Amino acid sequence: MAGFSYFPHTDDDIRVMLERAGVRNLDGLYSDVPADFIYQGEYDLPDAMSEQQVRDFFEKLGEKNTKLKVFVGQGAYDHYVPAVIPYITSRSEFLTAYTPYQCEISQGTLRYIFEWQSMICRLTGLDVSNASMYDGPSAAAEALRMAVASTRKRNKVIVSTKLMQNVLDVVKTYLKYPDIEVVFAWDVLDELGPDVAGVLVPSICRHGVIQDLTGYAEKVHEAGALLIEYCDPSALAVLKTPAEWGADIAVGDAQTLGMPICYGGPYAGFIACKQDYMRKIPGRIVGQSVDASGKRCFVLTLQAREQHIRREKATSNICSNESLMALWATVYLSLMGPEGLRKVNELSCAGAHYLYDELLKTGRFEEAFPGRPFLKEFCLKPKVDVAVLQQKLLDAGFFAALELDGYVTFCVTEKRTKEEIDALVAVVKEVAL
Amino acid sequence: MKYYDKLIFELSRPGRIGYSLPDSFDAAKTDAATDEHFSAKRRCICGAAPQQLLRQSKLDLPEVSEVDVVRHYTNLSQMNFGVDTGFYPLGSCTMKYNPKINEEIANHPLFTGLHPLQPAETVKGAQEVIDGLDKALAAITGMKHFTFLPCAGAHGELTGLMLMREYHMARGDAARTKVIVPDSAHGTNPASAAVCGLEIVEVKSGADGLVDVESLKPLLGSDIAGIMMTNPNTLGLFERQIGEIAKLVHDCGGLLYYDGANMNPLLGKVRPGDMGFDIMQMNLHKTFSTPHGGGGPGSGPVGVGERVLPYLRIPQTSGFHGNFGVMLRAYAYILMLGKQNVKLAGPLAVLGANYIKESLKDCYKLPIPSVCKHEFVFDGLINDGAREGKAGATTLDVAKRLLDYGFHAPTIYFPLLFHQAIMIEPTETESLETLDEFIAVMRKIAAEAAEDPDILHGAPHNTPIGRPDETTAARNPILKA
Repeated sequence: MAGFSYFPHTDDDIRVMLERAGVRNLDGLYSDVPADFIYQGEYDLPDAMSEQQVRDFFEKLGEKNTKLKVFVGQGAYDHYVPAVIPYITSRSEFLTAYTPYQCEISQGTLRYIFEWQSMICRLTGLDVSNASMYDGPSAAAEALRMAVASTRKRNKVIVSTKLMQNVLDVVKTYLKYPDIEVVFAWDVLDELGPDVAGVLVPSICRHGVIQDLTGYAEKVHEAGALLIEYCDPSALAVLKTPAEWGADIAVGDAQTLGMPICYGGPYAGFIACKQDYMRKIPGRIVGQSVDASGKRCFVLTLQAREQHIRREKATSNICSNESLMALWATVYLSLMGPEGLRKVNELSCAGAHYLYDELLKTGRFEEAFPGRPFLKEFCLKPKVDVAVLQQKLLDAGFFAALELDGYVTFCVTEKRTKEEIDALVAVVKEVAL
Repeated sequence: MKYYDKLIFELSRPGRIGYSLPDSFDAAKTDAATDEHFSAKRRCICGAAPQQLLRQSKLDLPEVSEVDVVRHYTNLSQMNFGVDTGFYPLGSCTMKYNPKINEEIANHPLFTGLHPLQPAETVKGAQEVIDGLDKALAAITGMKHFTFLPCAGAHGELTGLMLMREYHMARGDAARTKVIVPDSAHGTNPASAAVCGLEIVEVKSGADGLVDVESLKPLLGSDIAGIMMTNPNTLGLFERQIGEIAKLVHDCGGLLYYDGANMNPLLGKVRPGDMGFDIMQMNLHKTFSTPHGGGGPGSGPVGVGERVLPYLRIPQTSGFHGNFGVMLRAYAYILMLGKQNVKLAGPLAVLGANYIKESLKDCYKLPIPSVCKHEFVFDGLINDGAREGKAGATTLDVAKRLLDYGFHAPTIYFPLLFHQAIMIEPTETESLETLDEFIAVMRKIAAEAAEDPDILHGAPHNTPIGRPDETTAARNPILKA
């Protein structure tokens, strides 16, 4: 045997083990597999690489990507990632553990999940959260399923078309097969009726406008349905919370809580709800308890909702979630605290408004939603050839002005400096009117 | 491991900060021109939005220093057990070693800095990663093409079942709304099927632990969308009649779904596509060595074979391109394996499992004695020490006692076919010495049980906490601080 650093077996070891296993060679371990199914060919894979070759291989691939200054959001926001986070999350006691089945040696994981649940509740103002979901869009879909499960004989949900496209797509996909009727509407309240189980609305629309949800909860509850709010958890440091709007369930993507944009993942979804719906929430939940000697400890709890107990009657099929990314967000929120998170929003908001004003001054755009409040993301109506604009920006190293519903969208986080914004605006000025 | 009893909230002191941000947006510049056309009110969020849109309540997040954060989470980590801490024979979870070069690659800024909506010409390297991984997985599994949208195994199952339904709908055969699931299946299988709106039909296992083909036959008909199987099954046994099962299911118009959670023993040896499977999910966090992260992020790419390819309509089950960071790690692992080492991965995993099984079967009940694959299941102790006035040691007791000896416990009370199931999966990355130490401890525990089961009843003794009160936790849930 040639030897491979991840396989510790010497030839002698293999001999000893085969003998105990009662077979003559490694092939003998597959005597129960019909010969037809033993793959005889050579695998169509590259030759084994050394670690240095692998490193070089990815270095070369990485260089084929273009590093851009990101001025687009739409579900992935380029916020600053404090150095502490990757340092903590790469600790192998966290990284290489699995679901905390054996709580006595998993108190680290269980405690940070409990902290994450607590922080999500504090951000949203709601009562109960879980260990995390895959991402915001799938969390939204699960919340709608929760609404159907929580209301009697109602099989219809209303989804606002003000949500980002990927949320709409995932929701549509998830609800198609269990045959839940989905009505997509710009004005969701117009669609309410006695068969509606839930209504999903964004707190900030795809165009960046902060939504005024005054009266929504009353009308939705009057119709006997649940109000679900899709929100950016970072923005909840400054924006009215789902609880304050009267929402029953809040969902969203925790990517804005210190996670790199990383070509779309891994991120983490979150879900939080009022106490009434605690037993309908999907996924793992951590609860506080005591051990036999009275020490405070944390355990997976309310497992009677879950697939490994309830199988097809479970509230969801989710089990593994995005635990490490929940740690990522928990460490981020610990570092930021209430003031830091507010500041992130203020800096982003200030930068976005500066860019907004400067872009308008170039004469190459018109306001898309005049007078409507926005935070870090906004749309403008282009008066120039969008393809030319985008190409010029790309050539100058900016990813900006993504086309959206006939507008172009921009986003500014606290990571973007005034110099970068000025440089972007200078490029825009070069685009012919 | 030492007990540490703080929550981050309990370290909080008003006014303490752990962040480092510029004071204001244009702090770096004292450019008068900026101030001129940048109205002061927009510096603060209150200037940008009306009061009724703003948060009313105080946000109660911890106020701690950077040092507090680092110490707190370091302390928490020290109450955790990972693969890097020690042997982690958790059945059906494939807790193999997570190579460190993979972490370095996945954290490279040339990948982590990419926005998911960037134009194609600016993400050529990322696309090559996805394409290369697709090709490699196809070669390893015998499938034609993979989608990487699913973020976990169960997410993959759901996506795969959606593909199954799309296949039938595209062929005008939409009445196929039942799916057959063996009684030994992972709990996610029936749960995923239910979420996908499918009715579950259970097929029984025979005395040999395998799907009983005679029981299967009467279930097949024009309402069957397909069958979900994992092979080897959750008992670690290869479903040797898979060829016949595939023929029967295909003849009735159904599809075969392969739950790739148990793919590791077949890595480099057997391809699901060759066994007749049409759709499968691969758990990159199991078979392809990406770290489990305390329960994610994983990645559950779904592959399809020739039969499904013409009807392929990929369901959008996650927001962007799936967990790209996990894909990078898995691809790096596959490149290290290469065509040479891949052939040894499955066989060495199987060798370890059989070695443990044969070394312990005189102490623990082995319900099915045949050669196993990557894992096997004991049904409790042969001598649990039960005697007049004293209950015997259970599987839970054995598991807890293992923690005292520095091992993670195996999966317990699953599969449900046995009352005292202990499911052991060693993987190919464990040395003979590690396996021998584990075997010695398992034998010692069996001896302790025979001598006095109370030694086990009280376990664990050497962990940061003892056994928790789970009943009260569920009855009076405290779910947040």
